[in-house]
Amino acid sequence: MMLLQVQEVTKRFGGLQALSDVTFELPEGQILGLIGPNGAGKTTLFNVLNGVFAPNKGRVIFRGEDITGLPPYDVARRGIARAYQVVRPLNDLTVRENVMVGGCFGRECLSLGQAASGAEEVLAVVGLLDRADQLASSLNVAQKKRLELARALGSRPYLLLLDEVLAGLNPSEIAAMLETIQKIRAGGITILMIEHVMQAVMNVSDRVIVLDYGQVIAEGLPEEVVNNPLVIEAYLGDPKLTQRLIEG
Amino acid sequence: MKTRLRFGYLLPLAIILVWGVWVLLKGEDTLRETTFTVFMFIGMASSLNILLGYTGYVSFGHIVFFGLGGYFGFYLVSQHNLALIPASLAGGALSGALAGLLGLAVLRLRGAYFALATIGINEAARAFVSNFGPFGGATGLFVQFSAYEAYGGAGPALWTTFIYLWLVTLVVLLASSLVKSSRFGLGLMAIREDEDAAMVMGVKAPRAKTIAFMISAFFPGMIGTLYFFKNGNVEPGDAFQLHMSIEALVMIMLGGMGTVFGPMLGAVTYQGLRGYLLTSPIFKSLHLAVSGVFLLVIILFIPAGVVGWIRHRIPLTRKLLE
Repeated sequence: MMLLQVQEVTKRFGGLQALSDVTFELPEGQILGLIGPNGAGKTTLFNVLNGVFAPNKGRVIFRGEDITGLPPYDVARRGIARAYQVVRPLNDLTVRENVMVGGCFGRECLSLGQAASGAEEVLAVVGLLDRADQLASSLNVAQKKRLELARALGSRPYLLLLDEVLAGLNPSEIAAMLETIQKIRAGGITILMIEHVMQAVMNVSDRVIVLDYGQVIAEGLPEEVVNNPLVIEAYLGDPKLTQRLIEG
Repeated sequence: MKTRLRFGYLLPLAIILVWGVWVLLKGEDTLRETTFTVFMFIGMASSLNILLGYTGYVSFGHIVFFGLGGYFGFYLVSQHNLALIPASLAGGALSGALAGLLGLAVLRLRGAYFALATIGINEAARAFVSNFGPFGGATGLFVQFSAYEAYGGAGPALWTTFIYLWLVTLVVLLASSLVKSSRFGLGLMAIREDEDAAMVMGVKAPRAKTIAFMISAFFPGMIGTLYFFKNGNVEPGDAFQLHMSIEALVMIMLGGMGTVFGPMLGAVTYQGLRGYLLTSPIFKSLHLAVSGVFLLVIILFIPAGVVGWIRHRIPLTRKLLE
């Protein structure tokens, strides 16, 4: 079953064409990597998917239902959760309460008690259980990234949008985070992830799509995409020219 | 752990309960009057705290709900001979309804813009009431002495009013505890910390904020009715005093915003201090200046307030103070 269908989504900010006719589908249970140079429109696409922005044109179909233009809280209740690129912990609440917000107001609208026990499970998955009663502000960056993930998971979503959860982590933290992401997928959650750490995207994604200047320029298996001349050009400029530069 | 948590919520209720009983047993008029003022501010600060402390929205003009709700309730008592309880409920309902309508418009604003809009609303309400015939215009309204007869004369009427205020204060503290310990309250606190992130997590921020605003406006309307009834008259200058809003903010900040116990502690402390300042020969005309300095010092050095500071320093108290 197609979990998410994005059809000809277009978003303009004044004269800036942030997304033009973006179309793709995401089957249930997959990890789809979303890559592209800075300013390609990846985060804007996330903002359209979870209702922060309404698109100028096009439709977003989630589990067979048109969710285009719904406000973010209605999208969240249908089962889409998001982890931000720049961490946004609820600083004055404890780690557990942060995750409970996801549980209480996400897809299942749990009661406080149910959300608290759900939060324990999720915190165990991401490895933050021993910090459950600390204030979120007391965590370090890597832990805040994990909290961001835990909060999204706390709502027990069908689809998880991960916006550069690996950015700013050191190699061992990246390895641990990738393991966590695999674990989440194994738990039956579909993932759409924006990532700049190429090696990581290539390792965990089932498929990859590439955005450049708001357009999908390539789509396919990770190894196909990295060898696509259009993709190389988007990242490095003209491939022939690059080749010549490298060869001196 | 559960029972100790409940203790934190019961403590403020128990204190007010015992305090009220003590005043009733003593039966002294002056004690009743000073306690009336303290309870009034506990109620005001605690209800404002639902908006400020839990939701993170600063309302400078919150006194408008005290003034307007109080005016309406007093109007019903003095002009239509309505009994005090239904009249004060009506005053609260008017304030709550007004907050609901305003909320739809001004809760779109964030931070300083919202705070400024609330000041504007207070001034607009004062101007409106000053020119509104049924409310007596600039001269206001007063109670016919015969209205007190239903309560057994003027003296007993004051005691009855005190008992009502005491009950309202208890209900405010109960509401504050219930909001804080509920799923709804968790949503409000998520809004306080990061409204956009909260919405992405599924919190219906526009609705939750409006409901919080309505709750925090309802009780001041009730309290206003009781206060004006006790005074026997109401006029625009008394009803919409902006500095009372600011004083309520100082109390919340002093005691600890976002806690149940904090606004109460702040109100008691601030009223005690104010009582001293007003009677001391040196400070008597400077009490507002002193409270300004107070606010500055609190924000600079103990932004979490007394309760927040204690909870932070002594982990044991986290289970005992909410």
